Amino acid sequence: MSTLLTIADVAVELPTPRGNLRAVDHVDLSLEAGRTLGIVGESGCGKTMLSRAVLQLLPKKAKLTGRVMFDGQDLARLAPESLRRLRGRDLAVVFQDPMTSLNPVLTIGTQLMETIQEHLELDAPAAKARSIELLAAVGIPAPEQRLAQYPHQCSGGMRQRIAIAIALSCEPKLLIADEPTTALDVTIQAQILDLLAREQRRRHMAMIIITHDLGVVAGRADEVAVMYAGRVVERAPTPALFKRMHMPYTEALLAAIPKLDAAPHTPLPAISGRPPDPTRPLRGCSFAPRCRYAAGRCHEAKPALTSAETPGHLYACFHPIQMAAGVDA
Amino acid sequence: MLNFVVRRLLAMLPVLLAVSLLTFLIASLLPGDLALVVLGDQATPENVAALRRDMGLDQPLWWRYLSWLGHVLQGDLGRSFRTGQTVLQAVAERIPVSLQLMLMAEFIGLLIGVPVAIACAARAGGAFDRFMTGSAFAILSMPSFLVAILLIYLFAVELHWLPATGYVPFSEEPLDNLRFFVLPALTLALAEWPGIMRVLRSDMIATLQEDYIALAKAKGLKPARILFVHALKPSSLTLVTVTGINIGRLLGGTLIVESIFALPGIGRLLVGAIYTRDLVILQGVVLLVACGFVIVNFIVDMLYAVLDPRIRHGHA
Repeated sequence: MSTLLTIADVAVELPTPRGNLRAVDHVDLSLEAGRTLGIVGESGCGKTMLSRAVLQLLPKKAKLTGRVMFDGQDLARLAPESLRRLRGRDLAVVFQDPMTSLNPVLTIGTQLMETIQEHLELDAPAAKARSIELLAAVGIPAPEQRLAQYPHQCSGGMRQRIAIAIALSCEPKLLIADEPTTALDVTIQAQILDLLAREQRRRHMAMIIITHDLGVVAGRADEVAVMYAGRVVERAPTPALFKRMHMPYTEALLAAIPKLDAAPHTPLPAISGRPPDPTRPLRGCSFAPRCRYAAGRCHEAKPALTSAETPGHLYACFHPIQMAAGVDA
Repeated sequence: MLNFVVRRLLAMLPVLLAVSLLTFLIASLLPGDLALVVLGDQATPENVAALRRDMGLDQPLWWRYLSWLGHVLQGDLGRSFRTGQTVLQAVAERIPVSLQLMLMAEFIGLLIGVPVAIACAARAGGAFDRFMTGSAFAILSMPSFLVAILLIYLFAVELHWLPATGYVPFSEEPLDNLRFFVLPALTLALAEWPGIMRVLRSDMIATLQEDYIALAKAKGLKPARILFVHALKPSSLTLVTVTGINIGRLLGGTLIVESIFALPGIGRLLVGAIYTRDLVILQGVVLLVACGFVIVNFIVDMLYAVLDPRIRHGHA
């Protein structure tokens, strides 16, 4: 397997009136062709900023350092024209909210065909035929009629399927799905995730799923990176992570998922407190103020990512959990 | 879509009725006895009374309104008691001038305003944006008579490129006609483009923050396509509104510009009618101009639907 994407020492800083906000704090990640990486964390942990850094879609004022190597090229240093040719063809994205990510004044056909015609040398009839195929592949009934319709004539789930069809249209090597199901009804979520997984296998593309829900990545990602306050705090092959998580934050995230077999009216163990103010970085571990295991050293120094016994399992904690997790955290 | 058009057309009826009532009231509430104006100072009271009866001025206001409205609906807006011209003749004579001036001014205004707005929005806060926004303010604060005089001085007096004043109909001398219109149209356009630029610029800046623009970038579309196809269309609703208002306003003539450049347009017809107390002309022209305004706004509403499918389908 060849490495498709390497994120090396990437940091993103945003100037704010209250000082510089470090949205992404020196993150290293890598992804092999055809594999799936799940990036998990709560709102504001920097997971979306990290994905925008890969796509080079950061806000104008943001400062990016580090390297984003995609297919042998550093995206952060690529000329705008080369980047444009890459985006949409090799590198595709599905955004969180399908209600806002499709242009309201252009037909679905236009929005699909323009991507295809931009990157593949197809004439209009061929692009149209391909669009119909794509819509059928993502489970849109009567795809030919849909082409002439506008986004507001489709439901949210339907729109997300269309956004996925657009992302898949040029057979990308990497698909970034940024909270692809967060804005959708619960009943639709599993369908969309299954659709993404099926198309990924069929097209042999690599995928990054960004989510706040460990349950979303559980059966679907090969590897999971847990982010907190801009840093990767635990990273492991998915089975290893769920078998034995070391970082108390990961454990708390998992505990915050409602369980079907729990007795009715069991209070959900929410993580108390808030993430630290990203414009005022802490000296110690960012999670220490909310961590029930935190002790002296946690407030003094930042733990670095350390290898666990399982190969590929990294965690950043001075007091890792030793018990088998997933039971009752 | 047909439903939408019919609904809009029906909504126009009460507006037009209100316009006719207001027009009538304004004209009839002007001080002075119309019969006295017509007959002059030397008129005997008997003659005045007789004329008042002839003109229906002895009837109550509501009756006069209904009888005037009845005539208007049959296409008879009345006849000037000074020149004997009907309102329609007078307007038909003057409207080509105002219409041509309006079209040329709006065309030049959009030609300057739209590209500048797009360029400013594409690099909001940049040097070009700040320079143009500042210039727009400066030009906007210059009164049109000043702009007109400066343009005449530069292009007519110093450079001798264009005539300062005058008019020939397009049908007689098309090229000279256009030459006569360049400076007045430019004068109006210089007042129009800052407004056009400012609304489109701010709408474009807002649109460029949208998720679908980020997705358009992520799709690897060319920057020009993103600006002109993905951003311009959803940003042009306010632009269309402002252009509609401008067109409606210019339809009613522009007294100052028409006077400076000696163009026989609607603006000078109206002022002439006021000076000579030619109430029939005044009333008729104001009504026609107001109807033109309402119709332009109807077209603007239709354009909304063309631009935004959500309005067409009744979702927004």
